[in-house]
Amino acid sequence: MTSAPEPLDPALRVEALASLLTERGLIDQTTVETFVKTYEHSVGPMNGAKVVAKAWTDPEYRARLLADGTAAIAELGFKGPQGEHMVVLENTPALHHVVVCTLCSCYPWPVLGLPPSWYKDPAYRSRVVREPRKVLREFGLDLDDGVEIQVHDSSSEVRYMVLPERPVGTERYSEAELADLVTRDAMVGVAQVALP
Amino acid sequence: MDGIHDVGGMQGFGHVQPLTAAPPFAAPWEGKAFVIGALAARIAGTNLHAFRHAIERVPPREYLVGYWNRWTIGAQIMMEDSGIVTDEEVRARAARLSGRDVPEPPPPTPRKPEMPSGGAGNLRPLETPPAFAVGDRVRVADLDPTGHTKLPRYVRRRTGTVTALQPSQVFPDTAAHFAGENPQHCYTVDFDSRELWGPDAEPFRLSIDLFEPYLEPAP
Repeated sequence: MTSAPEPLDPALRVEALASLLTERGLIDQTTVETFVKTYEHSVGPMNGAKVVAKAWTDPEYRARLLADGTAAIAELGFKGPQGEHMVVLENTPALHHVVVCTLCSCYPWPVLGLPPSWYKDPAYRSRVVREPRKVLREFGLDLDDGVEIQVHDSSSEVRYMVLPERPVGTERYSEAELADLVTRDAMVGVAQVALP
Repeated sequence: MDGIHDVGGMQGFGHVQPLTAAPPFAAPWEGKAFVIGALAARIAGTNLHAFRHAIERVPPREYLVGYWNRWTIGAQIMMEDSGIVTDEEVRARAARLSGRDVPEPPPPTPRKPEMPSGGAGNLRPLETPPAFAVGDRVRVADLDPTGHTKLPRYVRRRTGTVTALQPSQVFPDTAAHFAGENPQHCYTVDFDSRELWGPDAEPFRLSIDLFEPYLEPAP
Protein backbone atom coordinates (compact mmCIF):
# COMPACT_ATOMS: atom_id res chain seq x y z
CA MET A 1 0.00 0.00 0.00
CA THR A 2 2.74 2.46 0.90
CA SER A 3 4.31 2.04 -2.54
CA ALA A 4 0.95 2.28 -4.28
CA PRO A 5 1.61 2.73 -7.97
CA GLU A 6 -1.06 5.17 -9.10
CA PRO A 7 -3.55 7.10 -6.98
CA LEU A 8 -7.07 5.76 -7.42
CA ASP A 9 -9.91 8.19 -7.89
CA PRO A 10 -11.31 8.60 -4.35
CA ALA A 11 -14.94 7.98 -5.32
CA LEU A 12 -13.96 4.91 -7.35
CA ARG A 13 -11.96 3.47 -4.45
CA VAL A 14 -15.00 3.86 -2.20
CA GLU A 15 -17.20 2.08 -4.75
CA ALA A 16 -14.68 -0.74 -5.11
CA LEU A 17 -14.31 -1.18 -1.34
CA ALA A 18 -18.08 -0.98 -0.80
CA SER A 19 -18.61 -3.58 -3.51
CA LEU A 20 -16.08 -6.03 -1.97
CA LEU A 21 -17.35 -5.52 1.60
CA THR A 22 -20.98 -5.91 0.53
CA GLU A 23 -20.16 -9.14 -1.31
CA ARG A 24 -18.56 -10.46 1.89
CA GLY A 25 -21.59 -9.53 4.00
CA LEU A 26 -19.57 -6.97 5.99
CA ILE A 27 -21.64 -3.90 5.12
CA ASP A 28 -25.09 -3.48 3.62
CA GLN A 29 -27.01 -0.72 1.94
CA THR A 30 -29.49 -0.26 4.79
CA THR A 31 -26.70 0.35 7.32
CA VAL A 32 -25.02 2.83 4.99
CA GLU A 33 -28.26 4.75 4.49
CA THR A 34 -29.06 4.77 8.22
CA PHE A 35 -25.63 6.17 9.13
CA VAL A 36 -25.72 8.83 6.43
CA LYS A 37 -29.25 9.96 7.34
CA THR A 38 -28.34 10.13 11.03
CA TYR A 39 -25.42 12.48 10.44
CA GLU A 40 -27.24 14.46 7.76
CA HIS A 41 -30.40 15.08 9.77
CA SER A 42 -30.28 14.08 13.47
CA VAL A 43 -26.76 14.67 14.76
CA GLY A 44 -25.42 18.13 14.00
CA PRO A 45 -24.85 21.64 15.32
CA MET A 46 -28.57 22.09 16.00
CA ASN A 47 -27.98 19.86 19.04
CA GLY A 48 -25.17 22.03 20.39
CA ALA A 49 -27.26 25.14 19.68
CA LYS A 50 -29.96 23.81 22.04
CA VAL A 51 -27.33 23.29 24.75
CA VAL A 52 -26.06 26.85 24.31
CA ALA A 53 -29.54 28.41 24.30
CA LYS A 54 -30.48 26.54 27.47
CA ALA A 55 -27.25 27.65 29.16
CA TRP A 56 -28.01 31.27 28.20
CA THR A 57 -31.51 31.16 29.69
CA ASP A 58 -31.08 28.84 32.69
CA PRO A 59 -28.25 29.84 35.06
CA GLU A 60 -28.46 26.56 36.98
CA TYR A 61 -28.11 24.58 33.76
CA ARG A 62 -25.18 26.77 32.74
CA ALA A 63 -23.45 25.99 36.06
CA ARG A 64 -24.03 22.25 35.59
CA LEU A 65 -22.81 22.46 31.99
CA LEU A 66 -19.54 24.11 32.96
CA ALA A 67 -19.01 21.76 35.92
CA ASP A 68 -19.82 18.48 34.11
CA GLY A 69 -20.34 18.94 30.39
CA THR A 70 -20.99 15.27 29.63
CA ALA A 71 -23.85 14.96 32.15
CA ALA A 72 -25.46 18.32 31.35
CA ILE A 73 -25.37 17.63 27.61
CA ALA A 74 -26.85 14.16 28.21
CA GLU A 75 -29.76 15.84 30.06
CA LEU A 76 -30.86 17.05 26.62
CA GLY A 77 -30.43 13.57 25.17
CA PHE A 78 -27.14 14.15 23.35
CA LYS A 79 -24.48 11.46 23.77
CA GLY A 80 -22.70 8.85 21.70
CA PRO A 81 -19.48 8.32 19.77
CA GLN A 82 -16.89 11.11 20.06
CA GLY A 83 -18.67 12.58 23.07
CA GLU A 84 -17.54 10.23 25.82
CA HIS A 85 -16.18 13.05 28.00
CA MET A 86 -17.29 16.59 27.16
CA VAL A 87 -15.74 19.78 28.48
CA VAL A 88 -17.52 23.09 27.82
CA LEU A 89 -15.39 26.25 27.56
CA GLU A 90 -17.10 29.56 28.31
CA ASN A 91 -16.14 32.55 26.19
CA THR A 92 -16.21 35.90 28.01
CA PRO A 93 -15.37 39.49 27.01
CA ALA A 94 -11.84 38.85 28.36
CA LEU A 95 -11.16 35.26 27.21
CA HIS A 96 -11.78 33.61 23.85
CA HIS A 97 -11.52 29.82 23.45
CA VAL A 98 -10.95 28.10 20.13
CA VAL A 99 -10.75 24.34 19.51
CA VAL A 100 -8.66 22.28 17.07
CA CYS A 101 -7.31 18.77 16.61
CA THR A 102 -3.84 19.03 15.08
CA LEU A 103 -3.18 15.26 14.75
CA CYS A 104 -6.46 14.21 13.14
CA SER A 105 -9.84 15.94 13.21
CA CYS A 106 -11.35 15.01 16.59
CA TYR A 107 -14.63 16.83 17.10
CA PRO A 108 -17.61 16.51 19.49
CA TRP A 109 -20.01 14.59 17.25
CA PRO A 110 -23.06 14.38 19.58
CA VAL A 111 -23.36 18.18 19.82
CA LEU A 112 -21.80 19.39 16.56
CA GLY A 113 -22.13 16.45 14.14
CA LEU A 114 -19.32 15.70 11.72
CA PRO A 115 -16.61 18.35 11.33
CA PRO A 116 -16.81 20.85 8.46
CA SER A 117 -14.23 20.94 5.70
CA TRP A 118 -12.21 23.88 7.04
CA TYR A 119 -11.77 22.16 10.44
CA LYS A 120 -10.21 19.08 8.80
CA ASP A 121 -8.00 21.07 6.47
CA PRO A 122 -4.24 21.24 7.25
CA ALA A 123 -4.25 25.05 6.96
CA TYR A 124 -6.51 25.43 10.01
CA ARG A 125 -4.92 22.57 11.97
CA SER A 126 -1.36 23.78 11.41
CA ARG A 127 -1.87 27.49 11.90
CA VAL A 128 -4.37 27.93 14.73
CA VAL A 129 -1.85 26.60 17.30
CA ARG A 130 0.78 29.06 16.02
CA GLU A 131 -1.01 32.25 14.99
CA PRO A 132 -4.61 32.00 16.24
CA ARG A 133 -5.33 35.73 16.14
CA LYS A 134 -4.34 35.89 12.50
CA VAL A 135 -6.38 32.78 11.67
CA LEU A 136 -9.46 34.18 13.42
CA ARG A 137 -9.03 37.42 11.49
CA GLU A 138 -8.95 35.45 8.23
CA PHE A 139 -12.25 33.86 9.26
CA GLY A 140 -13.64 37.36 9.86
CA LEU A 141 -13.31 37.53 13.65
CA ASP A 142 -11.20 40.50 14.69
CA LEU A 143 -10.72 40.30 18.47
CA ASP A 144 -9.53 43.28 20.51
CA ASP A 145 -5.90 43.05 21.54
CA GLY A 146 -7.01 42.91 25.17
CA VAL A 147 -8.91 39.65 24.68
CA GLU A 148 -6.85 36.65 25.77
CA ILE A 149 -6.90 33.71 23.38
CA GLN A 150 -6.80 30.10 24.59
CA VAL A 151 -6.37 27.40 21.94
CA HIS A 152 -7.37 23.82 22.83
CA ASP A 153 -5.72 20.97 20.94
CA SER A 154 -8.04 17.92 21.33
CA SER A 155 -5.35 15.26 21.67
CA SER A 156 -7.12 12.74 23.95
CA GLU A 157 -10.68 11.37 24.07
CA VAL A 158 -11.83 14.57 25.83
CA ARG A 159 -14.00 16.61 23.45
CA TYR A 160 -14.39 20.37 23.72
CA MET A 161 -17.27 22.67 22.86
CA VAL A 162 -17.32 26.45 23.24
CA LEU A 163 -20.16 28.22 25.00
CA PRO A 164 -20.22 31.50 23.07
CA GLU A 165 -21.20 34.86 24.52
CA ARG A 166 -24.89 35.70 24.27
CA PRO A 167 -25.33 38.64 21.90
CA VAL A 168 -26.62 41.89 23.34
CA GLY A 169 -30.16 42.77 22.30
CA THR A 170 -31.52 39.24 22.77
CA GLU A 171 -33.07 39.76 26.21
CA ARG A 172 -36.58 39.09 24.88
CA TYR A 173 -35.66 36.09 22.74
CA SER A 174 -37.11 32.70 23.63
CA GLU A 175 -34.82 29.71 24.09
CA ALA A 176 -35.84 28.42 20.64
CA GLU A 177 -35.16 31.79 19.01
CA LEU A 178 -31.76 31.91 20.68
CA ALA A 179 -30.92 28.39 19.45
CA ASP A 180 -31.62 29.56 15.89
CA LEU A 181 -28.88 32.19 16.26
CA VAL A 182 -26.15 29.80 17.41
CA THR A 183 -23.76 28.59 14.72
CA ARG A 184 -21.37 25.66 14.50
CA ASP A 185 -18.50 28.10 13.98
CA ALA A 186 -19.26 29.89 17.27
CA MET A 187 -19.26 26.56 19.14
CA VAL A 188 -15.77 25.78 17.81
CA GLY A 189 -14.65 29.30 18.65
CA VAL A 190 -13.89 30.72 15.20
CA ALA A 191 -16.85 33.10 15.22
CA GLN A 192 -19.13 34.92 17.62
CA VAL A 193 -22.91 34.69 17.70
CA ALA A 194 -24.45 37.70 15.99
CA LEU A 195 -27.94 38.99 15.36
CA PRO A 196 -29.14 38.48 11.78
CA MET B 1 5.33 8.61 14.09
CA ASP B 2 6.52 11.82 12.50
CA GLY B 3 4.00 11.69 9.68
CA ILE B 4 2.16 14.12 7.45
CA HIS B 5 -0.77 14.05 9.91
CA ASP B 6 1.20 15.89 12.64
CA VAL B 7 0.68 19.35 11.18
CA GLY B 8 0.58 21.53 14.33
CA GLY B 9 2.77 24.58 13.70
CA MET B 10 3.76 23.60 10.14
CA GLN B 11 3.94 26.46 7.67
CA GLY B 12 3.03 26.74 4.02
CA PHE B 13 -0.56 25.48 3.90
CA GLY B 14 -1.87 28.92 3.00
CA HIS B 15 -5.19 30.60 3.72
CA VAL B 16 -7.80 28.82 5.84
CA GLN B 17 -10.88 27.62 3.98
CA PRO B 18 -13.96 29.84 4.23
CA LEU B 19 -16.53 29.04 6.91
CA THR B 20 -19.54 27.45 5.26
CA ALA B 21 -22.68 25.78 6.53
CA ALA B 22 -22.27 22.98 3.97
CA PRO B 23 -23.83 19.57 4.77
CA PRO B 24 -21.46 16.82 6.01
CA PHE B 25 -21.24 15.03 2.65
CA ALA B 26 -20.69 16.96 -0.56
CA ALA B 27 -21.43 13.88 -2.68
CA PRO B 28 -22.94 10.41 -2.08
CA TRP B 29 -19.51 8.71 -2.19
CA GLU B 30 -18.39 10.78 0.82
CA GLY B 31 -21.29 9.41 2.88
CA LYS B 32 -20.38 5.89 1.84
CA ALA B 33 -16.73 6.57 2.70
CA PHE B 34 -17.77 7.77 6.15
CA VAL B 35 -19.72 4.58 6.85
CA ILE B 36 -16.90 2.29 5.63
CA GLY B 37 -14.47 4.07 7.98
CA ALA B 38 -16.96 4.11 10.85
CA LEU B 39 -17.42 0.32 10.56
CA ALA B 40 -13.84 -0.55 9.59
CA ALA B 41 -12.52 -1.14 13.12
CA ARG B 42 -15.37 -3.54 13.86
CA ILE B 43 -14.90 -5.34 10.52
CA ALA B 44 -11.13 -5.56 11.02
CA GLY B 45 -11.33 -6.57 14.71
CA THR B 46 -9.26 -3.53 15.71
CA ASN B 47 -10.02 -0.23 17.48
CA LEU B 48 -10.27 3.54 17.05
CA HIS B 49 -6.55 4.06 17.74
CA ALA B 50 -5.55 1.55 15.08
CA PHE B 51 -7.80 3.43 12.63
CA ARG B 52 -6.12 6.75 13.47
CA HIS B 53 -2.72 5.11 13.03
CA ALA B 54 -3.78 3.68 9.67
CA ILE B 55 -4.76 7.19 8.50
CA GLU B 56 -1.34 8.40 9.67
CA ARG B 57 0.24 5.81 7.38
CA VAL B 58 -1.58 7.05 4.28
CA PRO B 59 1.17 8.25 1.90
CA PRO B 60 1.54 12.05 2.16
CA ARG B 61 0.48 12.80 -1.41
CA GLU B 62 -2.72 10.78 -0.86
CA TYR B 63 -3.24 12.22 2.64
CA LEU B 64 -3.32 15.74 1.24
CA VAL B 65 -5.87 14.94 -1.48
CA GLY B 66 -8.65 15.39 1.07
CA TYR B 67 -10.29 14.16 4.23
CA TRP B 68 -12.61 11.45 2.89
CA ASN B 69 -9.80 10.11 0.69
CA ARG B 70 -7.41 9.66 3.61
CA TRP B 71 -10.26 8.31 5.75
CA THR B 72 -11.05 5.67 3.09
CA ILE B 73 -7.43 4.71 2.45
CA GLY B 74 -6.86 4.50 6.22
CA ALA B 75 -9.83 2.14 6.51
CA GLN B 76 -8.42 0.09 3.65
CA ILE B 77 -4.93 -0.11 5.20
CA MET B 78 -6.45 -1.30 8.49
CA MET B 79 -8.53 -3.92 6.68
CA GLU B 80 -5.46 -5.02 4.70
CA ASP B 81 -3.59 -5.50 7.99
CA SER B 82 -6.42 -7.72 9.25
CA GLY B 83 -6.63 -9.76 6.05
CA ILE B 84 -10.08 -8.50 5.07
CA VAL B 85 -9.11 -7.06 1.66
CA THR B 86 -5.95 -6.51 -0.38
CA ASP B 87 -4.97 -3.46 -2.41
CA GLU B 88 -4.77 -5.70 -5.50
CA GLU B 89 -8.41 -6.70 -4.99
CA VAL B 90 -9.52 -3.10 -4.57
CA ARG B 91 -7.68 -2.03 -7.72
CA ALA B 92 -9.04 -4.96 -9.71
CA ARG B 93 -12.59 -4.23 -8.56
CA ALA B 94 -12.15 -0.54 -9.39
CA ALA B 95 -10.99 -1.50 -12.87
CA ARG B 96 -13.99 -3.78 -13.38
CA LEU B 97 -16.36 -1.07 -12.13
CA SER B 98 -14.76 1.16 -14.77
CA GLY B 99 -15.63 -1.36 -17.46
CA ARG B 100 -12.24 -3.10 -17.83
CA ASP B 101 -12.36 -6.88 -17.84
CA VAL B 102 -9.41 -7.65 -15.52
CA PRO B 103 -9.03 -10.82 -13.44
CA GLU B 104 -9.75 -10.53 -9.71
CA PRO B 105 -7.30 -11.99 -7.19
CA PRO B 106 -8.63 -14.28 -4.43
CA PRO B 107 -9.50 -12.72 -1.04
CA PRO B 108 -6.87 -12.88 1.73
CA THR B 109 -7.11 -15.00 4.86
CA PRO B 110 -8.39 -12.95 7.83
CA ARG B 111 -5.91 -12.39 10.66
CA LYS B 112 -7.68 -10.06 13.09
CA PRO B 113 -5.67 -8.95 16.12
CA GLU B 114 -8.62 -9.23 18.55
CA MET B 115 -6.94 -7.41 21.43
CA PRO B 116 -9.04 -7.87 24.62
CA SER B 117 -11.20 -4.82 25.33
CA GLY B 118 -11.80 -3.44 28.82
CA GLY B 119 -15.27 -2.32 27.82
CA ALA B 120 -17.03 0.26 25.69
CA GLY B 121 -15.39 3.58 24.96
CA ASN B 122 -11.94 4.66 26.12
CA LEU B 123 -12.32 5.93 29.68
CA ARG B 124 -10.86 3.52 32.25
CA PRO B 125 -10.64 4.01 36.02
CA LEU B 126 -7.11 3.72 37.45
CA GLU B 127 -6.13 2.58 40.92
CA THR B 128 -2.66 4.13 40.83
CA PRO B 129 -2.52 7.79 41.87
CA PRO B 130 -1.62 10.42 39.27
CA ALA B 131 2.03 11.48 39.23
CA PHE B 132 1.20 15.16 38.72
CA ALA B 133 -1.25 17.65 40.23
CA VAL B 134 -2.85 20.88 39.03
CA GLY B 135 -0.24 23.63 39.20
CA ASP B 136 2.75 21.34 38.63
CA ARG B 137 5.32 22.48 36.10
CA VAL B 138 6.01 19.66 33.63
CA ARG B 139 8.34 19.15 30.70
CA VAL B 140 7.24 17.11 27.72
CA ALA B 141 9.67 14.24 27.29
CA ASP B 142 11.98 14.10 24.29
CA LEU B 143 10.14 11.13 22.81
CA ASP B 144 10.32 10.15 19.19
CA PRO B 145 8.05 7.13 18.81
CA THR B 146 7.96 5.37 15.45
CA GLY B 147 4.41 4.08 16.02
CA HIS B 148 1.15 5.76 16.98
CA THR B 149 1.25 8.57 19.53
CA LYS B 150 -0.99 11.42 20.64
CA LEU B 151 2.05 13.53 21.39
CA PRO B 152 2.44 16.13 18.64
CA ARG B 153 5.92 17.24 17.63
CA TYR B 154 5.31 20.88 18.47
CA VAL B 155 5.09 20.35 22.25
CA ARG B 156 7.98 17.91 22.63
CA ARG B 157 10.70 19.21 24.98
CA ARG B 158 8.54 22.19 25.99
CA THR B 159 7.66 23.17 29.55
CA GLY B 160 4.13 23.93 30.68
CA THR B 161 1.76 23.82 33.64
CA VAL B 162 -0.82 21.17 34.52
CA THR B 163 -4.22 22.91 34.63
CA ALA B 164 -6.60 19.94 34.86
CA LEU B 165 -6.70 16.19 35.40
CA GLN B 166 -8.85 14.53 32.74
CA PRO B 167 -10.34 11.05 33.09
CA SER B 168 -7.80 8.23 32.78
CA GLN B 169 -7.99 6.56 29.40
CA VAL B 170 -6.84 3.73 27.17
CA PHE B 171 -3.28 4.56 26.08
CA PRO B 172 -3.42 5.09 22.31
CA ASP B 173 0.31 4.40 21.87
CA THR B 174 -0.12 0.74 22.89
CA ALA B 175 -3.76 0.14 21.93
CA ALA B 176 -3.12 1.16 18.30
CA HIS B 177 -0.59 -1.68 18.08
CA PHE B 178 -2.76 -4.19 20.00
CA ALA B 179 -0.24 -4.23 22.85
CA GLY B 180 -2.93 -3.72 25.49
CA GLU B 181 -5.19 -0.93 26.72
CA ASN B 182 -2.58 0.06 29.31
CA PRO B 183 -4.74 2.92 30.76
CA GLN B 184 -2.94 6.12 31.74
CA HIS B 185 -3.64 9.32 33.59
CA CYS B 186 -4.29 12.25 31.28
CA TYR B 187 -3.61 15.92 31.99
CA THR B 188 -4.46 19.22 30.38
CA VAL B 189 -1.17 21.10 30.14
CA ASP B 190 -1.03 24.81 29.29
CA PHE B 191 1.87 26.37 27.38
CA ASP B 192 2.70 29.99 26.82
CA SER B 193 2.89 30.62 23.07
CA ARG B 194 6.41 32.03 23.48
CA GLU B 195 7.58 28.73 24.98
CA LEU B 196 6.36 27.03 21.79
CA TRP B 197 7.22 29.56 19.09
CA GLY B 198 9.79 31.93 20.49
CA PRO B 199 9.80 35.48 21.85
CA ASP B 200 8.08 37.03 18.81
CA ALA B 201 5.08 34.68 18.91
CA GLU B 202 1.53 36.02 19.06
CA PRO B 203 0.58 36.06 22.76
CA PHE B 204 -1.85 33.26 23.59
CA ARG B 205 -2.24 30.15 25.71
CA LEU B 206 -2.17 26.65 24.24
CA SER B 207 -3.95 23.88 26.15
CA ILE B 208 -3.41 20.26 25.20
CA ASP B 209 -4.29 16.89 26.76
CA LEU B 210 -1.21 14.74 27.37
CA PHE B 211 -0.87 11.23 28.76
CA GLU B 212 1.34 10.66 31.81
CA PRO B 213 4.11 8.74 29.95
CA TYR B 214 4.72 11.86 27.84
CA LEU B 215 5.53 14.02 30.88
CA GLU B 216 8.34 14.49 33.35
CA PRO B 217 8.76 16.99 36.19
CA ALA B 218 10.13 20.30 34.96
CA PRO B 219 13.82 20.64 35.89
